[in-house]
Amino acid sequence: MRPWKFSLLMLAAGAGVFALALAIRSDYLFFAGYVVLQFIVLATAWNILGGYCGYVNFGTAAFFAIGTYTTVALHKIGTNSGRYLSGTLGELLQPLFPLSVLTLVILSGAVAGVIGLGMGYLTLRLRGVFFAIATLAMAVVLQTLVINWDFVGGSRGAYIIRDESLPVVGFKLGYVQYLFAIMLLLAAVAISVARLIEGSRLGYGFATIRDDEMAAEAAGVPTLRLKLIATTISGALMGMAGAPYPYYIGYVEPAGTFGLQYAVNSIAMPMIGGTTSWAGPLIGAVLLGSMQQIATVTISSAVNLLLVGVLLVVFVVIAPNGIMGLVLDWQHARRKP
Amino acid sequence: MTAPLLEVRGLAKRFGGFVALEGIDLDVTSGERLGLIGPNGSGKSTLVNCVCGTLHNEAGTVRFAGQDLNGLPAHRRTHLGLARSFQLPRPFTSLSVADNLRVPLLYTVRRRSLLISSPAELDERCLDLLRQVGLDGKARRRPSDLTQVEMRKLELARAMAAEPKLLIADEAMAGLSHSEIEDIIALLMRLSAQGITIIMIEHIMRAVMRFSQRLAVLVSGRKVADGRPKDVVNNPDVVRAYLGQ
Repeated sequence: MRPWKFSLLMLAAGAGVFALALAIRSDYLFFAGYVVLQFIVLATAWNILGGYCGYVNFGTAAFFAIGTYTTVALHKIGTNSGRYLSGTLGELLQPLFPLSVLTLVILSGAVAGVIGLGMGYLTLRLRGVFFAIATLAMAVVLQTLVINWDFVGGSRGAYIIRDESLPVVGFKLGYVQYLFAIMLLLAAVAISVARLIEGSRLGYGFATIRDDEMAAEAAGVPTLRLKLIATTISGALMGMAGAPYPYYIGYVEPAGTFGLQYAVNSIAMPMIGGTTSWAGPLIGAVLLGSMQQIATVTISSAVNLLLVGVLLVVFVVIAPNGIMGLVLDWQHARRKP
Repeated sequence: MTAPLLEVRGLAKRFGGFVALEGIDLDVTSGERLGLIGPNGSGKSTLVNCVCGTLHNEAGTVRFAGQDLNGLPAHRRTHLGLARSFQLPRPFTSLSVADNLRVPLLYTVRRRSLLISSPAELDERCLDLLRQVGLDGKARRRPSDLTQVEMRKLELARAMAAEPKLLIADEAMAGLSHSEIEDIIALLMRLSAQGITIIMIEHIMRAVMRFSQRLAVLVSGRKVADGRPKDVVNNPDVVRAYLGQ
């Protein structure tokens, strides 16, 4: 299927899910669904660097937080535009504020993408466990910076006050419904980007980096350039996933935004679904994300990380290449005479 | 006199205190079949790695087709027409056999936008290359399904896919049976007949003597002989290096 047809299909599927969710008329569905969709975006974004290129990134929470705090900063500037936007440039920018959530998503993606590129330059000469440690260290450094950045609330956090609902093309939509729709759009975009990469020259290049970097260079693949592209795309998508979060949660503080669950889930979901295909993170995120939401309401949210641990152990033993790996191995076995 | 295709001058490489290469001079002319031999640890693979950009030489220059390669990353050297096979096959294990060839085709021969999907015409080119090495029946298999000799052929086919001017075959026959060695020699001869310059690094002297028009010998990181194969194998320095005093 051609990439643009696939993207249209994803958008149509997203519209279908939204229509179904509206028909069910459950506010909780939108609340829980938003989290699952957010993890689809994060897992797909992680998989572009971690799955396709084989570079395990423990810094998901940092990129997510970059998106979140870009929103917080721009929201604060927007609500106090008279104070922060002075001078000629400020007067020019004032009419643009307050920014819509979609604009914030794009800007957060750009900021996180640029930081991803910078992180790539600093760390991509490292491999394996050293790269993973470097990404973890980056998350700690960024968290420390945010804790000490008073403008976005520092360690005490920041409140974002939003409307209960807003008009969208003539309809009055609940704000969480609106955020759910944005996250659906983001999920469709992330999956389309992953699918586009997979079948492209870039995808073949990423696969060779994962398999053998020296052989890849010998085959003419510019490995460093491709890895920088991967960190930029991956970082941008993670930042985009974090951008609507302040409006969803209402209160953000560093400990929650840089939480362990983002790093752990965004790794576990592609591992469970399978890392070599766009479908893997989607399956993993829907499966694990839904289980976590069900566990949250039926048992406790504290069970979430336990669930991840148990499922990871099960999959490492039974299907080390995830669910998609099982499917591909089965197809491969069928092809053999 | 035409300029050599590959021109190595005063090449040196150290690993800590160990001198792997020292003052290597080597010229390879276009269309030539050069055999590069030497005992284990003599620096053959290090020389290949320095020429191909996998390792950076500390001194000396490498020129290829008139261009100075010093400082160029390995992939840029491949783009210029310098391809290699590895001593131990290093296939892309997650890709099919055909896709292993698609990569150099996409990145060296048909370089286009990174987001363009692999054009269908490449399928035929991949199959053609696989046919040349006798692997066309295994195009959709994974490299893990291949035998040792098939893996070596895949390694050579992947190097061929980059459409090189110079191919360096690093011990492409190691561990193969007599008939399998004949297969690889025949394949390299066919490539040579197509005008590709070939450097063969090998321990199997029978194969080296059959294949090479010229022989260069490395011992302890220095070139001790360079000339016609018959002359080189009778060179006292070479005999001493292989058989001892």
